[in-house]
Amino acid sequence: MTDSKYFTTTKKGEIFELKSELNSEKKEKKREAVKKVIASMTVGKDVSALFPDVVNCMQTDNLELKKLVYLYLMNYAKSQPDMAIMAVNTFVKDCEDPNPLIRALAVRTMGCIRVDKITEYLCEPLRKCLKDEDPYVRKTAAVCVAKLHDINASLVEDQGFLDQLKELLSDSNPMVVANAVAALSEINEASSSGVPLVEMNTQTINKLLTALNECTEWGQVFILDSISNYSPKDEREAQSICERITPRLAHANAAVVLSAVKVLMKLMEMMAPDADFVVNLSKKLAPPLVTLLSSEPEVQYVALRNINLIVQKRPDILKNEMKVFFVKYNDPIYVKLEKLDIMIRLANQSNIAQVLSELKEYATEVDVDFVRKAVRAIGRCAIKVEPSAERCVSTLLDLIQTKVNYVVQEAIVVIKDIFRKYPNRYESIISTLCENLDTLDEPEARGSMIWIIGEYAERIDNADELLESFLEGFQDESTQVQLQLLTAIVKLFLKRPADTQELVQQVLTLATQDSDNPDLRDRGFIYWRLLSTDPAAAREVVLADKPLISEETDLLEPSLLDELVCHIASLASVYHKPPSAFVEGRGLGSSRRALPTRSGSQDILESSPTHGERSGVIPTQESLIGDLLTMDLGGPPVASSVPAAPFASSGLDLLSGGLDGLLSDSPSVPPQQAAAAAAPSVGLLGDIFGLAPSASASYIAPKQMWLPAARGKGLEITGTFSRRNGQIQMEMTMTNRAMQPMMQFAVQLNKNSFGLVPAAPLHVVSPLAPNQSYEAVLLLNPTGPVQRMEPLTNLQVAIKNNIDVFYFAVVMPMNIFFAEDGQMDKRVFLSTWKDIPAANEVQYTINNVNLSADAVSSKMQQNNVFTIAKRNVEGQDMLYQSLKLVNGIWILSELKMQPGNPTLILAVKTRAPDVSTGVNTAFDAILHS
Amino acid sequence: MIHSLFVINHSGDVFMEKHWRSIIPRTVMDYFFEAQRQVVKDNKGHEDVPCVIATPHHYLISIYRNSLYFVAVCMSEVPPLFVIEFLHTVVDILEKYFSECNESNIKEHYVVVYELLDEVLDNGYPLATEPNILQELIRPPNIIGNLINTVTGKSNVSSVLPSGQLSNVPWRKADVKYTNNEAYFDIIEEVDAIIDKTGKQNCSTVFAEIAGKIECCVRLSGTPDLTLSFINPRLMDDVSFHPCVRLKRWENERILSFVPPDGSFCLMTYHVGCQSAVAIPIYIRHNFFLPKENSQSQTGKIEITVGPRQTMGRVVENLQLSIPMPKFILNCTVTVNQGRATFDPVTKILLWDVGKIDPTKLPNMRGQIHIQSGALILQSTPSVNVQFTLTQIAISGLKVHRLDMFGENYKPFKGVKYLTKAGNFQIRM
Repeated sequence: MTDSKYFTTTKKGEIFELKSELNSEKKEKKREAVKKVIASMTVGKDVSALFPDVVNCMQTDNLELKKLVYLYLMNYAKSQPDMAIMAVNTFVKDCEDPNPLIRALAVRTMGCIRVDKITEYLCEPLRKCLKDEDPYVRKTAAVCVAKLHDINASLVEDQGFLDQLKELLSDSNPMVVANAVAALSEINEASSSGVPLVEMNTQTINKLLTALNECTEWGQVFILDSISNYSPKDEREAQSICERITPRLAHANAAVVLSAVKVLMKLMEMMAPDADFVVNLSKKLAPPLVTLLSSEPEVQYVALRNINLIVQKRPDILKNEMKVFFVKYNDPIYVKLEKLDIMIRLANQSNIAQVLSELKEYATEVDVDFVRKAVRAIGRCAIKVEPSAERCVSTLLDLIQTKVNYVVQEAIVVIKDIFRKYPNRYESIISTLCENLDTLDEPEARGSMIWIIGEYAERIDNADELLESFLEGFQDESTQVQLQLLTAIVKLFLKRPADTQELVQQVLTLATQDSDNPDLRDRGFIYWRLLSTDPAAAREVVLADKPLISEETDLLEPSLLDELVCHIASLASVYHKPPSAFVEGRGLGSSRRALPTRSGSQDILESSPTHGERSGVIPTQESLIGDLLTMDLGGPPVASSVPAAPFASSGLDLLSGGLDGLLSDSPSVPPQQAAAAAAPSVGLLGDIFGLAPSASASYIAPKQMWLPAARGKGLEITGTFSRRNGQIQMEMTMTNRAMQPMMQFAVQLNKNSFGLVPAAPLHVVSPLAPNQSYEAVLLLNPTGPVQRMEPLTNLQVAIKNNIDVFYFAVVMPMNIFFAEDGQMDKRVFLSTWKDIPAANEVQYTINNVNLSADAVSSKMQQNNVFTIAKRNVEGQDMLYQSLKLVNGIWILSELKMQPGNPTLILAVKTRAPDVSTGVNTAFDAILHS
Repeated sequence: MIHSLFVINHSGDVFMEKHWRSIIPRTVMDYFFEAQRQVVKDNKGHEDVPCVIATPHHYLISIYRNSLYFVAVCMSEVPPLFVIEFLHTVVDILEKYFSECNESNIKEHYVVVYELLDEVLDNGYPLATEPNILQELIRPPNIIGNLINTVTGKSNVSSVLPSGQLSNVPWRKADVKYTNNEAYFDIIEEVDAIIDKTGKQNCSTVFAEIAGKIECCVRLSGTPDLTLSFINPRLMDDVSFHPCVRLKRWENERILSFVPPDGSFCLMTYHVGCQSAVAIPIYIRHNFFLPKENSQSQTGKIEITVGPRQTMGRVVENLQLSIPMPKFILNCTVTVNQGRATFDPVTKILLWDVGKIDPTKLPNMRGQIHIQSGALILQSTPSVNVQFTLTQIAISGLKVHRLDMFGENYKPFKGVKYLTKAGNFQIRM
């Protein structure tokens, strides 16, 4: 007699037949009928039509029948709420039954009937059951509170069930405590406010720890999880909790072990990392974790995901256990991949030989995903453990020789990373890599190979042919490969401009004109413009030194790691995502968990200075010279006349303008007088119409010796700066004091505070005969890259001629940066003056000025310092002036002068107080001129 | 917590579902089936279905046992190990009830299974998972039970609360009585190892560890209190105990002190890690050739000899070698001087049932491997999975010192057996 007979009746009138059987007088027949109904229900058949008949069977003293009816009720009450009311009386009666089993069953089933009307009747019986004398009933009732909360949260709070639940935390029976904890934590989690309803304190924790020893394994998990949410008030409390929890590590249930590990990991954060207690605890953690790995594969997987977090947080715990992570061929694939990951994390110099021989073994296995990851792991070892790099590379080369397609592709991808980590060490193997060019069909491998070819174009004789072969199918490649190809060809071009011009034009056309991909197009345009305007800059950008790649590429971000450590043993630890990222309804309310901190460490965090964004980038002397040396003086003149549309149909011509410069070995400076003249002509017009004050009136400092002949190998330079008609100029007298003529002059400026760059190339009469002098004027534009210098007005200049390159630094007078549009509206002036904090105000005195206020005003006006207002206070003349620097900084000043007294008091107010000194110097110089 | 359970067979049918909270439609299993299809597509085994799957609203946590998938559906953040351990417990319980947990047994005892599932969880929280208690609540189906039920008209569901449910020793029934009082302890050790091919004579051990367990069968009247001590307890690197063991005494004195459950149970499991030297009882000498990729030949060669090593004076018995061959191999024709060798062309497993190793005449197998014509030959070498047993020895050297009983005043019959088996024992060729 088996249950399968209940499924055999598949005749037409099945429901009808059951109905009559349910209403039969015979108990035996009734029971059999209910069993049939349940059996149909379990396989998903709809038997809800029998609801009234089944409920009729509820009044019985046969427990099995009662249970079966209850099972049925739970399933269908939702769809038949009115009928379900009929059952309420029986429930209420059963809650008073002398048999605790029936009391518990009734309260349990009532909670599962998710019908609002029924919940009202549930409250009274539940309240009684929570105080029942039998612990079995109490523990069932505790869970029922959680059920009720799920159906109607406010009802639970109004009826005071939460307080009753809290009382159960001190129950004498550990099973009741465990269930109360479980119910409370579920209610807390569902709480919309995100504020836990029950705060743990030392007493509750102590009760929980006592219950922990005696309750079931499942109860232990609940209790441990809720202890993990508690933050002990000091290190001693944390230690005592740890001591009481450590024995759980020896539990047979893996869930208990891992939950205990979570609590310990969290509490260890509160202690000094080198304390004996922590060291001992760490030793105790390793064996249970290792044991988890000999359980069922599912347990192994979860354990491995968690171990992955643990080795990142505390690498010491498992540092000697490398071997347990070795892969067995019959491990499920998801276990294999995780093990591999951890092997690499644990790899160090002492075990690398073992790890490598294992990885090599794995690379010959059958499973493609696994083999790929193994090959990748070899590359990661090379990057992580430097002394092993050599062996890793040779292992990878061996693997490439196997010619197994996916192995080769994966190997090339990792070799690219190795190249980046150890530049100029293993490039000898490039030729081997190139042999496998044809077999690559995956985007990542193709991209990597193209990167290698582009990066080492100068070492590969036929790089252009190789890249050209890739270019043929450009349209069909994936974006990743297209982008790599574009960059690689541009690199090749910059390294070997002579014979690859056609190639680069071809790829630029393909990228900009034939592609729909905005990324590709944008990159194409950028390269195009770079190449056409300033190939030197292009070289600097495209061939710049790459930052070294870090050792561990896939470490979790520390703050995320800390959060995940708090969630060890939970789903979050399996996904390696914080719960807020995937658990529904955890969006706003839930507070993120954070590791507790050691009491001492807090101060360090707070005292750590938070530097503003303008923390000065002040290079040291050496690095400055280094900067200058890397400047490409052989570069072509700056083609400032290029219009801003390189993608017009004439783009190719424009490009060639730049190309010429790059190609010609001798930088024959093209006659750019036109360009040079163009800029001043605006000023000339302005002159004619009298828009600007007479240029000659503005202050120009006398020429100074910039480069003495002794340092300049015969070239002597004296010079100064001026502002004429809104154009900053560098005026130099270049004298040849040597015996031979000089030629091929060029100039370059280092990055500076105001972003000055030459607007036109330096023009010097060529050749400059011995003892001849030439007045050179270099127009400057404040449009270049900005780098803060010390002092602000420092400018580093490099001049080149056919003899050598000479470097010198000069200090520019501030007044050349005073812009013509520096007149501020009166009201704006007033509000700005008030707006700037008093701390930014600096006072200076200027001596020996014998000018009247009006004279000062007009003199300053000629230098773009505009008088906004003039007042006379107690016999003192006050001049309020405004000026604006070319980089947009406004400066307000107040000049106080007493007639007859040659000493002036200058107050400068600006948002960037760094410039004040320079302004003072400029004022001083102007007033004394 | 755990919302629902679905049991799925090999062909992908849900043949059992149980909901502890609101009903979750079966369509949620589509995500699981998708993962399953993916695995089949990738040519992997059934056990390769990921055990934690996230779907937009649910988390599916599954285990694979006895060719069945048990899939739990959760809706909130739960400890996945908790769910996995629980599912394994459920299968253990079903095995205790029906001796084997398979599809036909579950179908045959639908109602009992359903009642059991209802009893183990309440609202997703474990309620009663101790087999002792469950067996009191719901009697296991057996012929005598059915007979009694039919005769007396009683059901197999108990109407009284099991006594052990809330006692301090929930694992033990009260008032147990036996005429013969006996306590048997089996110390079973499994050797997990990976042996590498390097070094032809003495295969080098890449990794070896021992997973041991003590299985007990205790039939003692009343409430006996037992202590078990070992000669060399420090061998064990990590231990985990049945809840009945008093942890304090183990920590202080390295003595197992406990009130045992009634009947069969696992008292403890232990672990001897790879830090200590583990004896490897056998060695293998082998030759394995596949034809070169470009050669015309379609046959390779295989030759294996097995011999004893570090057996501590025992005979290696029940030796069995299974070699999963690469997929491109069509057939193997081998001759053996002992036992029986078969090749399954579907699973591509070459199985050699050796039996005992006679040290004077070593078991040997040689033969040819036939390659599928036109198949791409990968020069990979298979691993050999080895099974063996050594009786009357625990390979770690663990020995029981003495067993004492307190609390009752009869003299029980006591027995200890040792057994060493191969666990996951692999030799790379």
